Amino acid sequence: MSALISEPAALPTRAVGARIASPLGPLLRSRLVGALASPHGIDRYLERFNPMWAAHDVRARIVSVHRETDGDAPVATLTLQPTSTWRGHQAGQHVLVGVEIPGVAKRYTRAFSISSAASGKGERFTLTIRAHDEGQVSSYLVREAQAGQVLHLSQAQGEFTLVESPATPTISRLVFITGGSGITPAMSMIRTLLRDGYQRNGVAHAGRKVTFLHFARSAEDQIFADELAEIAAADNGIDVHLRYGDQVFSEFELRRLVADYKDTDTWLCGPPGLVELVKAAYDESPRLRMEFFKPSVARAARPGEEIEGDIAFTRSGKTIAASGASILEQAEEAGLTPEFGCRMGICFSCTRTKTAGTVRNILTGEESAVPDEEVRICVTAAAGDCHIDL
Amino acid sequence: MTDTIAENTELAERDANEKYHGLTYAEIDKLGAELDELRLRVIADLGEPDAEYLRKVVKAQRSFEIAGRALFYLPPAWPLAVASLSVSKILDNMEIGHNVMHGQYDWMGDPAFNSRQFDWDTMAPAENWKYGHNYMHHTYTNIVGKDRDVGYGILRMDEDQKWNPYYLGNPLWAFLLMTFFEWGVALHDLETEEVFAGRRKMFGGENAPVWRRIRKKMGKQVLKDYVLFPALTGPFFLSTLAGNFTANIVRNIWTFNIIFCGHFPAGVATFTEEETENESRGQWYLRQMLGSANITGSKLMHVMSGNLSHQIEHHLFPDIPARRYPEMAVEVQEICERYGLPYNKGPLHTQLFSVFRKIVRLSFPGGTSKAAPVRGPQAVTDDSLAA
Repeated sequence: MSALISEPAALPTRAVGARIASPLGPLLRSRLVGALASPHGIDRYLERFNPMWAAHDVRARIVSVHRETDGDAPVATLTLQPTSTWRGHQAGQHVLVGVEIPGVAKRYTRAFSISSAASGKGERFTLTIRAHDEGQVSSYLVREAQAGQVLHLSQAQGEFTLVESPATPTISRLVFITGGSGITPAMSMIRTLLRDGYQRNGVAHAGRKVTFLHFARSAEDQIFADELAEIAAADNGIDVHLRYGDQVFSEFELRRLVADYKDTDTWLCGPPGLVELVKAAYDESPRLRMEFFKPSVARAARPGEEIEGDIAFTRSGKTIAASGASILEQAEEAGLTPEFGCRMGICFSCTRTKTAGTVRNILTGEESAVPDEEVRICVTAAAGDCHIDL
Repeated sequence: MTDTIAENTELAERDANEKYHGLTYAEIDKLGAELDELRLRVIADLGEPDAEYLRKVVKAQRSFEIAGRALFYLPPAWPLAVASLSVSKILDNMEIGHNVMHGQYDWMGDPAFNSRQFDWDTMAPAENWKYGHNYMHHTYTNIVGKDRDVGYGILRMDEDQKWNPYYLGNPLWAFLLMTFFEWGVALHDLETEEVFAGRRKMFGGENAPVWRRIRKKMGKQVLKDYVLFPALTGPFFLSTLAGNFTANIVRNIWTFNIIFCGHFPAGVATFTEEETENESRGQWYLRQMLGSANITGSKLMHVMSGNLSHQIEHHLFPDIPARRYPEMAVEVQEICERYGLPYNKGPLHTQLFSVFRKIVRLSFPGGTSKAAPVRGPQAVTDDSLAA
């Protein structure tokens, strides 16, 4: 048995801190304590004693870091012990992870899919993360994060979950089609099916037929390789089909594997190319659920290069060509009336969230491509395509 | 049409020798560039030590607060409890609240220290205060008629404010404002002078959301300090109530004094709306320098004042973490010397006495408080200025 297979069984152990905190939780979340701790909130006092004590905030201590693959873009699985405030997750959901990267003292927040089976309140779960070159957070978590470190979390979020169509009997067939890192939420679903299925001759069985079709760059790059091999070998109802390199998705192949795939509950997660092909094959079937990887909208202007790109104001749905003027001026040009004050970068009245894209601080010349970043739009200009929460 | 011509003539006449508050426009531009350069240098250097410092101050504040609240269970320790809670409130309001709400630590990306989310342990709700302070006061600093912090709509703090018999009470009003400063700061955002001038309703119209926020925040503060915490100490209800009240007053008196030393000592300049129309970045910097005053003192005094003892640096760089002001002050002072600009500083007692004298003097008609002269950089050779 590989270490990975045995891991889910070890997961639902709660830390001592979480167990002590649970009866206190309702009291700490009461209106009385809220009024006493006003305006800062009780968590600002609890964290002074122990970062794992929280009444509202969610944080997690890294229990272990397990390297899955090496190479240029290594993958690691982080096992996390959340605070008792963690409400658990459904298979397929993701979580926002905030990390203070040492040296720069800035907290960066990114979304990561949860790879372990569905978790309950305060229960351990795992994240399986690939270190991307341009991803400071993923790179840090994979290469440098250490057991014992505390991360900031959101609650689990996302609608891409293991919920079947109401008409589907619980024993009917399921299909998972994934590409690259898109395997992570599907892995959480497979692990949940095996855990919550039944035991047959001492082997976990999903209790139904499951077809798992996955596309990866190469066999060496395959995450969960050992576990997938074991799942494939066991008599558990799950068929695993791995495709490497040039092998692309084809409707013909899918039809051969699952004849009535359009009427079968299917979960799809992968890069845009794969998503397009599968979407076309399913032809608007309501049985297909999908999750995209956020395509990188940012295309930064290089220093000295003419600015080329659009500012998309996501709330109002307006778009304007970036001119190099401040985003505030450009918003007004587009007919919007955002709040502002000094118009010189000192009062922070005009602060908005840049959800994606690259911007340049007019005062410092500094460029930034960090998603979900707060910017003062009176002293910030687009340096390429960008999305502003306006 | 006529206006445009007049404006053009004015611009054309702005020759090399024309001066604004003692400096030529070219000199002001150069001054602005030097200060911008200093600003960029410090921003580029922000990092771990700044974040660590803030966390350390917050940790100390929370410890003082918890200790203060707990010591009320021990009646003989009452003075210690009051002292501890006073220190907590002063740190919370000054080195933490004021500075965090200026956006000085937004770059950390920590929601606990984000200017859009932080609120402080005082009556004024964050959202109201940020508008009146960060925008109105910091943008229009010392422009009489525009900066509502010149006398706070209650006091006569500049000879350009027209005298009337109400101002005979200047010292008394100042004393009351000092004692109940947190209430005054909260109500300040209702812009009562506009209400009395008949230009807006006290609690309705555009004041409605402002008043709603004030009511809500005051309710929370009163409930916490004057009902819940006293009730939690059971038989010591009254002594805890008195202790909380005293701590609030101690904080009020301290913050009032620090803040009044920032813009009201003798020698600080005020400006007119006309002369500050269409001002350049350099002119804005110059106004901030001439319109602010520093307090000299120990490191402890700087921390307890939230580094507002470096009011000049704070007004030049309001969004830079205040712990950087002492090191920036060295360079700002050097720049002032080179440009022949006054750099108003003095120990707390000197500045306070100066403010007190002004409050008393301006309760009567007229007034003599004149801005300190700008010598200009004549004393310095052109070469050193160009360097």
